[in-house]
Amino acid sequence: MQRMMHATPASRTGMPDRLQRLLPRLVLAPTAVITLVCLYGYMIWTAVISFTNSRFLPVYNFAGFAQYERLLNNDRWWVACQNLAIFGGLFVGTCLLIGVIFAILLDQRIRREGFIRTIYLYPMALSMIVTGTAWKWLLNPGLGLDKLLRDWGWEGFRFDWLVDPDRAIYCLVIAAIWQASGFVMALFLAGLRGVDGSIIRAAQVDGASLPTIYWRIVLPCLRPVLFSAVMILAHIAIKSFDLVMAMTAGGPGYASDLPAVFMYQHTFTRGQMGLGSASAVLMLGAVLAVLVPYLYSELRSKRHG
Amino acid sequence: MADTRRMLNRVAIHGILLAACAVYLVPLLVMLLTSFKSPEDVRAGNLMTLPVEWTVIGWLKAWDTVSGYFWNSFMITVPAVLISTLIGALNGYVLSKWAFRGSNLLFSLLLFGCFIPFQVILLPMSFTLGKLGLANTTTGLVIVHVIYGLAFTTLFFRNYYVGIPDALIKAARLDGAGFFTIFFRILLPMSTPIVMVSLIWQFTQVWNDFLFGIVFASGEAQPITVALNNLVNTSTGAKEYNVDMAAAMIAGLPTLLVYVVAGKYFIRGLTSGVVKG
Repeated sequence: MQRMMHATPASRTGMPDRLQRLLPRLVLAPTAVITLVCLYGYMIWTAVISFTNSRFLPVYNFAGFAQYERLLNNDRWWVACQNLAIFGGLFVGTCLLIGVIFAILLDQRIRREGFIRTIYLYPMALSMIVTGTAWKWLLNPGLGLDKLLRDWGWEGFRFDWLVDPDRAIYCLVIAAIWQASGFVMALFLAGLRGVDGSIIRAAQVDGASLPTIYWRIVLPCLRPVLFSAVMILAHIAIKSFDLVMAMTAGGPGYASDLPAVFMYQHTFTRGQMGLGSASAVLMLGAVLAVLVPYLYSELRSKRHG
Repeated sequence: MADTRRMLNRVAIHGILLAACAVYLVPLLVMLLTSFKSPEDVRAGNLMTLPVEWTVIGWLKAWDTVSGYFWNSFMITVPAVLISTLIGALNGYVLSKWAFRGSNLLFSLLLFGCFIPFQVILLPMSFTLGKLGLANTTTGLVIVHVIYGLAFTTLFFRNYYVGIPDALIKAARLDGAGFFTIFFRILLPMSTPIVMVSLIWQFTQVWNDFLFGIVFASGEAQPITVALNNLVNTSTGAKEYNVDMAAAMIAGLPTLLVYVVAGKYFIRGLTSGVVKG
């Protein structure tokens, strides 16, 4: 179809024929250059730096896998990775659970549904820095939730997770769930609305109970939505940076570091460019590990569909 | 009997849904309450107590500290949003209606840009901005946001224009309309929904950005998010939580406002862009 359009007679706008045919390419050219240079070129550049021992300034002497070795022997990096596993697992899992449950509840012909949905989703419009600031205050040891519950009569209540090296990471999880769970709910709700109503009615006629209908018929239809949601959430988790910076700055110590924070601090504030670049490359690897199977299955389903 | 059970069920569902509303709203409420308290009031009361005396001291002080950066964010966001949307629209037009050999490959390569962790381009980009003399300027940030927003805006418009029949373009061409005439006279006027999606998506992305801001413009040119983070996480002097909360509200208000006014498009951007991609 599009090929045919090129063969149609030239326009009468006065522009020369050749230019008219070149225009689409010219329009796309800046984007092409930007993509090649600023995405792929820079990616390679970062990879190159990760193979040097650059510190405060880039130097281009090949140092082999020295930075990767240092990275893998770096305790702080492992803490960051472990935190990412905890953060990512809890964040993705809980968001999915909350998302599905509330999407199903909202799907029960609720009056004021639009209004409720708006409230669930508004945190997604906020910057992670704003979210982090708000939750840092809510979870403030001494003045936040801590004091609130004591004032409300729970005398012995203590809540100091934000400054507890073993628990600070869970504070990040709480704030991130608050921000993103409404969005997952909206995704699932859109998915539920796409399920063919006649199948459900047929099952109802057959006497199936509502939970059975959801469990056996509706939820399996939501598999593509589930897949997308996991993808997006995993992606948010791997890139998480703002929230950590706002809430704990990786602390106490480096107990709540995530890889993105590790990368930023080593590259830009600690003069460890080589090491920081190596960590960036590993982050890209992690994203690809999530992305490639997803794209593969998308392409396959498209070919079969 | 069955009716009573149904009734109870519905009451329970509504109860749960409303309780969840409260959970989502409480942080915003606490921010507002705290921002209108005096520092002494903040320490004497707790999160949910009303201010003993409503005061805007916190807001005035916060505005004094962050107003310059608030305008920085505007100077960054407005051009970045407009330029990336316009280029994205043209890209989408070419990719859907004037595809040529290699254009689909380019689209796939560009799409990948939606997914990479930006950590992998930060360092070379900061070298480049430094060389161009654009480090620590709002102009530099505009450029960065345009570049890394293109993947999304192009995706939005390409997917939208694919759904518009090619016959329309062909007819216009037979009538003698050229490349740009077709775009500006025919396609763009019917693109309002997707233009809105793109504008709003980019607005929230750019306004809320922190990573590019802190890496490429940490000084005078820093955006509001970076300024807010600095304000909240400085440890000098007594913490003034009322000021922190007021500053957070100031940083959050523009996107909240956009969400309230055009939430429909915001949700469409969130879902359509990423899910279909």
